[in-house]
Amino acid sequence: MSAALAVRTSSLAKTFGAQRAVDGIDLRVPAGGVYGFLGPNGSGKTTTIRMLLGLVRPSAGEIEVLGAGTPGAIVDVLHRVGALVEGPAFHPYLSGRANLRRLDAADARADPRTSRTRIDAAIERVGLTPAADKRFRAYSLGMKQRLAIAAALLAPRDLLVLDEPTNGLDPQGTREVRALIGALAREGTTVLVSSHLLSEIEQVCTHLGVMHAGRLVAQGSVAEVLGGADAVTRVDTPDFVPARDVLVRLGARDVRDLRDAAPGVEALETVVAGVPPERVVAELVAAGVRVRGFAVTAPGLEERFIALTGEGFDVSG
Amino acid sequence: MSAVSSFLRLLASEVRLIAGRRRNQAGVAVLALVPIVMAVAIRASTAPRPGRGPDFFSSIAGNGFFVALAALAAEITLFLPLAVATLSGDAIAGEAHGGTLRYLLTVPVRRTRLLAVKYLSLVVGAAIGVAVVVLAALAAGGLLFGLGPVTLLSGTQVGLGDALGRLAVACAYLTLQLAALAAIGLFVSTLTEQPIGATITVTLLVMTMWILDGIPQLDGLHPWLLVDRWSAFGDVMRDPIFWDTMATGSLVALAYTAVFLSAAWARFAGKDITS
Repeated sequence: MSAALAVRTSSLAKTFGAQRAVDGIDLRVPAGGVYGFLGPNGSGKTTTIRMLLGLVRPSAGEIEVLGAGTPGAIVDVLHRVGALVEGPAFHPYLSGRANLRRLDAADARADPRTSRTRIDAAIERVGLTPAADKRFRAYSLGMKQRLAIAAALLAPRDLLVLDEPTNGLDPQGTREVRALIGALAREGTTVLVSSHLLSEIEQVCTHLGVMHAGRLVAQGSVAEVLGGADAVTRVDTPDFVPARDVLVRLGARDVRDLRDAAPGVEALETVVAGVPPERVVAELVAAGVRVRGFAVTAPGLEERFIALTGEGFDVSG
Repeated sequence: MSAVSSFLRLLASEVRLIAGRRRNQAGVAVLALVPIVMAVAIRASTAPRPGRGPDFFSSIAGNGFFVALAALAAEITLFLPLAVATLSGDAIAGEAHGGTLRYLLTVPVRRTRLLAVKYLSLVVGAAIGVAVVVLAALAAGGLLFGLGPVTLLSGTQVGLGDALGRLAVACAYLTLQLAALAAIGLFVSTLTEQPIGATITVTLLVMTMWILDGIPQLDGLHPWLLVDRWSAFGDVMRDPIFWDTMATGSLVALAYTAVFLSAAWARFAGKDITS
């Protein structure tokens, strides 16, 4: 059972002083998948990632990374794990290439004879070749982020842990990182990617885990996590009252009049569970409702995310 | 074998990192400047200093060799300890401050291995510091006063080769003392994420030990202070070399090294890296 999991934790918890940063989570990252690790700032994602990488010692619970279960064994499998933790960090007065050379020199298993080729390939892969010999301090945030991803790709990896990899990237760069994640996943690398920005993650993930206030509030395949929410039906029509009657007869809940929401809009929105959309349209038309537009929207990750973690910009403390 | 070579590879990378930093290059220049300034100042002043016993200054005018001993005596009080304090601030606290520590550890580098490499690089740094002082002093002294057979404190004269051998012993002794200070520095460096804070702490420790060492009423404490026997390096200029003080001083240094390296390991091995 655990053979198919790249990362598994049981009741994993971390307490800093009086604060429970991570409060008993059971993470299941399937091997070969792209696991989107979501949650607002301060929800415990980074602390969890630090525990997976052996930087922070758990207060309670167990961790298994690539089959290794004890802290000592986890350090031994870390060479198969590429990591980007809480933003890029390098020596500012060294060039990007020199920084990678330093990390490669630190890797006891890296072959110094292939160092140059591997470093060049990693730089190439993140599109940093033109800036490779500039000092790190002169890099833009996007270039720094790319260098950190290059560092994670210095050796062949079975698992990539990317904490907010698109932070500071422009939309173009974000798309490139997404494409890179997709390509790595196709090569068989398991990817655990965290983000507080949903749109960045939604398109590449096969699985999702949602953190909120130190707890894992939802986890599973994308369909499983999103399945908890119903599709929304929108009808554009000037005939509000008959339309509502038809919808209610079909078992609609929460019929909302969108005329209140925006000027110039004549529509209503509702959730009609268990009735096929084509039948809804047929019933509306049969009742003489002038249907000018009709849409059924599957719930986005955004709606689901907000439903799980609450709305607003509050940092969960 | 490959474990050794990979260890040396990381050590080389560490030394390159230290040597490549502008701030450290400036520090080396300052270390080298002190003996040069001393030699030039003595050359420029014609009046002989009134004798106050065997300080090396008074012998410089006769032989450039003594610039090296005088420079070591001057720099071991502050400049060399400050250099070690600066490097030890960078060692762990500096990496933590910059965030590079978490990336080193996830490479992965085992913590014990990282500490060992960091400590050895500090010792290499201390040795380079001492060597820079001595080489700059010999160059400046040789140029301004010439080098020749050396008259020892006991009055006998030895050839320059013999004298340089004795100087090498003094350098090794001081490097060992600075290595003990580096162990303290490494421990302090594991306590904080502020490299400057670690550097200041270590410098203050050295200053405090010098002050305590200068208070006669505290002479019961003196043998336990790391700095107490630092000036004993001058014993290499006696005939035969007077080893007793340096031997005790070396034991004290080794004891400090063992205690503080253990403390650094105990602190660092299980520390949560949240920087």
